[in-house]
Amino acid sequence: MSKYSMHLLVCGGTGCHAAESDAIVCNLRDELEANGLMDSVQVILTGCFGFCEKGPIVKVMPDNTFYVKVKPEDAQSIVAEHVIKGRKVERLLYRDPVTKEAVTDSKNMGFYKKQMRIALRNCGFINPENIDEYIARDGYMALGKVLSEMTPEQVIKLVKDSGQRGRGGGGFSTGLKWELARRSVSDEKYVVCNADEGDPGAFMDRSVLEGDPHSVLEAMAICGYAIGAQNGLIYIRAEYPLAIERLKIAIDQAREYGLLGKDIFGTGFSFDISLRYGAGAFVCGEETALIHSMEGLRGEPTVKPPFPAESGFRNKPTNVNNVETFASIPAIILKGAEWYSSIGTEKSKGTKVFALAGKINNVGLIEVPMGTTLREVIFEIGGGIKNGKKFKGVQTGGPSGGCLTEKHLDTPIDFDNLIAAGSMMGSGAMIVLDEDDCMVSMAKFFLEFTVEESCGKCAPCRIGNKRLHELLGQICDGKGSLADLDRLRNMSLVIKDTSLCGLGQTSPNPVLSMLDNFRDEYVSHVTDRKCPAGQCRSLMEYVVLADNCVGCTACARVCPVNAITGERKEIHYINPDICIKCGACMDKCKFDAIYIR
Amino acid sequence: MSTIKIELREQDVAKIREICASFNNDPQELINVLHKCQQHFGYLPAEVQEVVSAELTVPVAKIYGVVTFYSFFTMTPKGKYPVSICMGTACYVRGAEKVLDEFRKELGIQVGETTKDGKFSLSSLRCVGACGLAPVVLVGEKTYGRVAPDDVKGILKDYEQ
Repeated sequence: MSKYSMHLLVCGGTGCHAAESDAIVCNLRDELEANGLMDSVQVILTGCFGFCEKGPIVKVMPDNTFYVKVKPEDAQSIVAEHVIKGRKVERLLYRDPVTKEAVTDSKNMGFYKKQMRIALRNCGFINPENIDEYIARDGYMALGKVLSEMTPEQVIKLVKDSGQRGRGGGGFSTGLKWELARRSVSDEKYVVCNADEGDPGAFMDRSVLEGDPHSVLEAMAICGYAIGAQNGLIYIRAEYPLAIERLKIAIDQAREYGLLGKDIFGTGFSFDISLRYGAGAFVCGEETALIHSMEGLRGEPTVKPPFPAESGFRNKPTNVNNVETFASIPAIILKGAEWYSSIGTEKSKGTKVFALAGKINNVGLIEVPMGTTLREVIFEIGGGIKNGKKFKGVQTGGPSGGCLTEKHLDTPIDFDNLIAAGSMMGSGAMIVLDEDDCMVSMAKFFLEFTVEESCGKCAPCRIGNKRLHELLGQICDGKGSLADLDRLRNMSLVIKDTSLCGLGQTSPNPVLSMLDNFRDEYVSHVTDRKCPAGQCRSLMEYVVLADNCVGCTACARVCPVNAITGERKEIHYINPDICIKCGACMDKCKFDAIYIR
Repeated sequence: MSTIKIELREQDVAKIREICASFNNDPQELINVLHKCQQHFGYLPAEVQEVVSAELTVPVAKIYGVVTFYSFFTMTPKGKYPVSICMGTACYVRGAEKVLDEFRKELGIQVGETTKDGKFSLSSLRCVGACGLAPVVLVGEKTYGRVAPDDVKGILKDYEQ
């Protein structure tokens, strides 16, 4: 990288990619070419910077200038002003939402200040399609160290001592898992990377694979050495074409450099990786289901034991870890167990990546030490709630997690605290909800997801979740009763207790936590037949505002069911018993005389 | 099974055989085989599954079980321009449902259906990971971000000629 005096890093994550970051790269290169600067300034398409809200992003190094919402046609000013004249392009700089001042150095942005990047250490810094850039940032050093200086037992001890727990949702100790797989005796073992990120709203695994694929490959090889496996498999969603593409490139390059394949570093250790494609099934995040899917079967889970560490893929001992878990491993090996375990809380070590989405100002991907509070994440890093609305809740852990409220804002986030609060870490999705979101509709939305994704193997999950969904639907339609709320709770508890796998055991969590934290809202749906957030259509009432109505009859003429009566130049009336709440009258009225009550 | 009856041409059968052979006719590669077949045909009609069944020596019922299990596989042909609306949580709370309703209304079809002229098909999918652009709509390979119901007509217009 030394040849160049300046680097223009353009975000090539899926979000920015969709917003034409390719065209930005092209235009920047054209501009540089036209000015004869191709030899001194380099344009790099990197992985995700995390700050998706303001994408596409262009970062100028070495001065850390952070340009947001860049359009392809802005390439000209970036090159003419910044690169040639050394003047920052003011209008593209990120502005602090409070002070309204332009931030010239990205280190001073609220979004990045509190973050600590381990799993995402290379995302947004390197070109993921060039192995040399990964190597320049100490890439494959950890693998070298492990193969030349450490025994497999030492590797496992180091990972165990680091205290890292699996980032996929379960939170099981990574080192312990490796140890179990090592102990199983077999001629063949497998290392599997679970990249089937099915949790809606979570995109950390995708971002790591797109932005830093080599870190996962390196960690899988380390794991292979530790447990005694020679084969690695990455199970990845077919819906992530960009990540698949970059993984393929990375695997080819690693093979070419002798970092994968036979006799790595001349140590006699051989390890190779191939890809398996998922086909869209949330339940495949469960490791036994994932293994069945890799064997060409329906992705249905089976009872544990036997654990995959004893009998997994092709009935051989198999170690399954998640993308984010693997991505941190090289850093842990290089910097040591003590360093990693000094970060985080007593029982949850290290950092965690969260995907912030929903009604939050700074949608994006962040990585913070375990123990950071929800308030810091949502209000300091996330920049607070969109459009100045009031914070209502945050759903952590996706459809398997729970909804936390204002009273949980100062809870330090870690595996155990989230469970104690009735939610879970899950993969780390955080969906922020504001006052306009109805908690009955949200619970119904999550159940709809679970019903669709339930594999159907066990009755509690297959039938129970469907019943839960129906009950929630009735409540949204104003047909629920107080007894239904108890029914919801009882059924939820039974489903949790009796389901076969993690999907059913956690699917009622949103219902239970919302019932607990927003009971008033549920009660008002069933007793007053009102939706306080104004979301449930059946519970809305369209009303004429007498002061504004001029009696033009436009609404009455457009009403498809003749629910509106009134003579010309007289105040009209909407009969709530006939009204189907289509909203046509409100769209038609020029005098803002119809509102929703 | 699917109500559409199709007749596979000789070269289609040859293509399926070629795909299966490229995976050594290994039953464990079934999902990869189906991915390739769907890439080639656009969907997986019963007739295609029957050929795969014969090649991999897996009962056709098992294959049907796999095809219907995974949301990525489909037994009905997609339109020339498949429209997918992301219904992930992030998109949902930012109004994806209203966008989906608008597409339903404009196209006159339900989710999972294709317009009579074969031009558009409508589907919802779970999280494409572009949550920063929520709500997100995909038409073929093209991504539309921050879509409002009012934008729907304009998006469809891009594909009229």
